[in-house]
Amino acid sequence: MPLLEKGHVIADRWQIVTDDAAIPENGPVLVPAPRLSEALGRASKDEVGVILTPDMEVATLRPAIDRLSLIALTFPVFRDGRGFSQARALREHLHFKGDIRATGHILPDQYDMLLRCGVTTVSIADDVDITFWQKAMDRYTVASQPSILDEKSEGHGLRRFMK
Amino acid sequence: MPTDTALQTPLAVGRYNYDSVDRTFLRERIEEFSDQVARRMSGALTEEEFKPLRLMNGLYLQLHAYMLRIAVPYGTLDARQVRVLARIAREYDRDYGHFTTRQNMQFNWIRLEDTPAILALLAEADMHALQTSGNCIRNITSDEFAGAAADELLDPRVHAEILRQWSTRHPEFTFLPRKFKIAISGSPQDRVVARFHDIGLIAKPGEHGRPVFEVWVGGGLGRTPIVGVRLRDDLPEEDLVAYLEAVLRVYNEYGRRDNIYKARIKILVQALGAEGFLEKVNAEFATMDRTKYRLEPEIVAGIRARFADPDFETLENDPPEFRQARISNPAFDEWVRTNTHPHRIPGYISAVVSCKPAGGIPGDVTSDQIDTLADLSERYSFGELRVSHFQNAVLAHVRQDKLHDLWTALQQADLATANAGFLTDIIACPGLDYCALANARSIPIAQKISSRFANPKLQQEIGELRLNISGCINACGHHHVAHIGILGVDKRGEEAFQITLGGSGEEDASVGQILGPAMSEDHTVDAVARLVDLYLTRREPEERFLDTYRRLGTAVFKEVVYAAA
Ligand code: SF4
Repeated sequence: MPLLEKGHVIADRWQIVTDDAAIPENGPVLVPAPRLSEALGRASKDEVGVILTPDMEVATLRPAIDRLSLIALTFPVFRDGRGFSQARALREHLHFKGDIRATGHILPDQYDMLLRCGVTTVSIADDVDITFWQKAMDRYTVASQPSILDEKSEGHGLRRFMK
Repeated sequence: MPTDTALQTPLAVGRYNYDSVDRTFLRERIEEFSDQVARRMSGALTEEEFKPLRLMNGLYLQLHAYMLRIAVPYGTLDARQVRVLARIAREYDRDYGHFTTRQNMQFNWIRLEDTPAILALLAEADMHALQTSGNCIRNITSDEFAGAAADELLDPRVHAEILRQWSTRHPEFTFLPRKFKIAISGSPQDRVVARFHDIGLIAKPGEHGRPVFEVWVGGGLGRTPIVGVRLRDDLPEEDLVAYLEAVLRVYNEYGRRDNIYKARIKILVQALGAEGFLEKVNAEFATMDRTKYRLEPEIVAGIRARFADPDFETLENDPPEFRQARISNPAFDEWVRTNTHPHRIPGYISAVVSCKPAGGIPGDVTSDQIDTLADLSERYSFGELRVSHFQNAVLAHVRQDKLHDLWTALQQADLATANAGFLTDIIACPGLDYCALANARSIPIAQKISSRFANPKLQQEIGELRLNISGCINACGHHHVAHIGILGVDKRGEEAFQITLGGSGEEDASVGQILGPAMSEDHTVDAVARLVDLYLTRREPEERFLDTYRRLGTAVFKEVVYAAA
């Protein structure tokens, strides 16, 4: 599936491990949360990412956070907004500096909000029109609440410019 | 920073005044919605995907047509905005609009293809329909006498505006488990139903002159009516945004998403218990980066600077013209007694414009009446009009010596019914005439009750009596918090009505108790008459219906309704 970063398609260098498939010995791997310690125990010490489901507490990743390069959030349906809070908590509470990837059912209309909550990449379906996503990313020049992106305040009230 | 702020001069009274940055945002938001409509048309968005997006733009699909709900932040409008509403009613609806219990105005007969033109009209007057629906933070409501009431400790509208801005397209809280309603009051007299909101805030002056807030969380109506719990008594102003972030984070994370009837924050608060919920909020509040969310005094001052104060004159209370008019005109005197509220400035008074004429549809106003309200607001209230959650209009700053003139003009527009707070000041939801979820029609029974008790003498005799009607258990008509509540139910395929007694949405908050089995529309109207008769015979001096009910208990009221049936 294509991966979107800052409005552009990039190559996905991660090998995604589904439920009980074997974890490759080398290279960056993205694994389900229950298999995190197994992945971290690889001899190669290559990069590890973890898939978080919406019902999981972000805090459970705290012990491993420094060893993670990628955290993938799951949106079972676009209306389920738990991932927004998870992303923000990863940045704000766990000070996670790596890639946060949004996966699942996501609309372009949510793109700038995801970015403002700390998401960096979005996994999108093969057939989507990228221009919708680019438009959504560029549409708003003003917002009126603090966000993970730390947009500078405009000097009046709560407003800040996003560009 | 743009040099051309494009503020209107003079600034409109009573609400936040937009500049070019605010207008830019609004334009971007309208473009987004137009795009969404186009993507729905092209099939890029499925109907299931489009629906929540259209709802967040205030566009509902009702039984017979689209409904567009226009946001009226904290219920305050200026005359220019009011005229835009009149124009929409005239050109795009069936010549009327409807004031809602969330201080908004909704139009029930909108054509989808007209919405872009309507949104453009609204935007010209710095208005929109944003977040009047959908599972997001809704329009912030406030006291209809804010900034005017003699009993107010603090004008809550600046903070209402701060919360409006903060919640607009909030990146984290736009896809919540369910809708989220916030009300804010600055008076110990709770006129905003704070205890029945997802979050109810009561602002009061703190020790160093800066406001502090009581924070009530988890109240609500619907099928599980619950009085909220007080999480904080003295939240400092600088932490207002941070604390609300914390509450919303806990809700967004833990609120149920498997069952829409259990998805409101009240269910979560009940499930965790007040203590458990508070613990989670406190944990979040303690660990979050509070400096980032701190509401600095300069931010508050900046927003306050966008509010113009009315240019009050130095006047005496109770001037001779006013006294004389009351003596020589009993009908005027009666209206003054029921439909006004004391003002904090000597010589001024707040007037409630009843949108509940005898036999009328609660909250409906014609386009001509809306235009009249705009004119009268300019002539008598510094160009400012408010919408109350009782579905009435309010002119908040009227000179007492001009009140008789205002009343005369209101009479000519059929807007001078002297019934604020009386039995015929009914709150009613749209019911089965419009709403796809309804069990029964709310409007016809409201009209019957309104006609039956139309006699002003009788209403004065009865005194304060709140009667609210909902067409189904979703309780949009707030029947749970009425002294007499009426709930539409489905009785073997027939429309029927259940009565609840003893609710209150004020400081003495309580949920009405079901009286007995549901009845037909006409029997329900008769039952209301019997309840009122019982009250009139059994009341003690100074007792309202609610007090008598609380003193006597349900049994006698039940008997008088069902024994005779
Ligand atoms: S209470 Fe029921 S019938 Fe009335 S507006 Fe709400 S959902 Fe519709």
